Amino acid sequence: MRWGVATPSRNKKLSARRRISGGLLKGIVFLCAGVTVALLVGLLGFILYHGLGNINWAFLTTARSALKNTIGIFPNILFTLYIIITALLISLPIGVGASIYLNEYASHKRLARMIEFTAETLTGIPSIIFGLVGYLFFCRMLGLGASILSGALTLVVMVLPIIVRTTQEALKTVPDSYREGAVALGATKWYMIRTIILPSSLDGIVGGCILAIGRIVGESAALIFTAGVGYQLVTNYFQALGTSGGTLSVALYVYVYEQGEFEAGYGIAAILVMIVLLVNFATKLVKKKFKRI
Amino acid sequence: MKAKAAVERIMGSVFFVCGMVTIVAVLGITAYLIISGIPAIREIGLVDFLFGQVWQSTASEPLFGIMPFILTSVYGTLGACLIGVPVGLMTAVFLAKVASPKVAAVVNTAVELLAGIPSVVYGLIGMIVLVPAVMRFFQLKNGTSLFAAIIVLAVMILPSIISVARTALVSVPGEYEEASFALGATKMETIFRVSIPAAKSGIAAGIVLGIGRAIGEAMAVMMVAGNVANMPELFKSVSFLTTAITKEMAYAPTGSLRQQALFSIALVLYVFIMLINTILNAFLKRREKP
Repeated sequence: MRWGVATPSRNKKLSARRRISGGLLKGIVFLCAGVTVALLVGLLGFILYHGLGNINWAFLTTARSALKNTIGIFPNILFTLYIIITALLISLPIGVGASIYLNEYASHKRLARMIEFTAETLTGIPSIIFGLVGYLFFCRMLGLGASILSGALTLVVMVLPIIVRTTQEALKTVPDSYREGAVALGATKWYMIRTIILPSSLDGIVGGCILAIGRIVGESAALIFTAGVGYQLVTNYFQALGTSGGTLSVALYVYVYEQGEFEAGYGIAAILVMIVLLVNFATKLVKKKFKRI
Repeated sequence: MKAKAAVERIMGSVFFVCGMVTIVAVLGITAYLIISGIPAIREIGLVDFLFGQVWQSTASEPLFGIMPFILTSVYGTLGACLIGVPVGLMTAVFLAKVASPKVAAVVNTAVELLAGIPSVVYGLIGMIVLVPAVMRFFQLKNGTSLFAAIIVLAVMILPSIISVARTALVSVPGEYEEASFALGATKMETIFRVSIPAAKSGIAAGIVLGIGRAIGEAMAVMMVAGNVANMPELFKSVSFLTTAITKEMAYAPTGSLRQQALFSIALVLYVFIMLINTILNAFLKRREKP
């Protein structure tokens, strides 16, 4: 059992001091857990209560119009999708490849440890640093400017550790007997990886993707300098790659902090919160579904 | 047969290259920050830069002292820990030792969701609810303050502290606790005198992880701290290392000393983060071999 402390038999002779301090501590523990849950309920309730009313069809399907003085977030939704697609298209193969290297190839223990260490280091680097270096490298040095592509490339580096970790965890659970069986039947290593290892670690890869999507949707500091804050509608994917565009989180920041448009901010916040709920639910679903097989 | 061997070799090297990406990324980021951070430090002077108490980047004779940012980041992080660590640790105790599995699952979901909420959403609520509340409660002219930032950060680091501390508490060997019961200790005495001390490196790792989160947070803090380069005071508008960068990046002309100084701030922040990561790794390693 996870909550492993067995309840000791009641001792009636327990001194008053011990009884009171025990009760007090227990009270504090319950209080703190209550505070944590109350914080979440309060946050979600507040955002959804104020935000849902501001979400309507026009808000979701139009762009901002200075002429009509209306705010619409359709471009921002598209930009968010574009960044997710681009970042995953690049980071998924690299991340899965890296974890396959770590788990199936790396004979050099030191190098493997180095890769794991750097992946952990990347997890700890604040997003503002990614934003700054992304701006210096992708926007300025490679000349991509503030664009969806620059933003996506910056995020590739940010979400890579997530995909490496989840895929690696899944690879570790693939029994060695599968590998031995495949090799004994004459499969080459690549054939074995392609037909045995990758399909059996699909849950980790899918789970990593979902986590990465959650991270990308919530990201703002790394994108504001790399992808910019644009809100013009660009429907062509390849054209959008080259234009500046703010994702939903960036748009929330710009509307609320720089322009004082709180209603639009609430609406976007409610959408973001619902995406967070969805991501959490999907992660649980993936875990459950694949465990049964 | 030859083609097969070639494919094998090619795929082997493809995976190797993929593996190298994280190493190259870390080295690249480090190199970039050093190369772009050094020029301004050299021009301003390391001592004037790090210990200068005045930041006036737009004055006719600009001053680039980042002591206010450093101290604000340190105080802000310590303040957040002062609130976040006790609440987080107690919640972890609740999850690992007190709650029934069903209740624990619910609270755990709450913690995961808290971790998933984007920082701009925390910033939004901070701006709309917290800042006015601080203003009214403490009768200030302006609620944007170090205090408001501390509260927001305390909430934001909770999930990291809780999840790491919980894992540490769960993995305390059952024998320790059974021995404590056998000696007549109550459940709470056992938790606080045996389980928590036994899990202390894991708990410390959780705290350090929280410190890293707090010191690196930009957007949420940006929206509630006021972003004025004051020396830190609890009820004054202040600017953190992260927000100093965020605030001026959009305005600083490309290639100017002002922009280069922002890269230098990023370098200082990076050094802080690397230091914290090193400490974190030391704690995690100690936990691996009891």
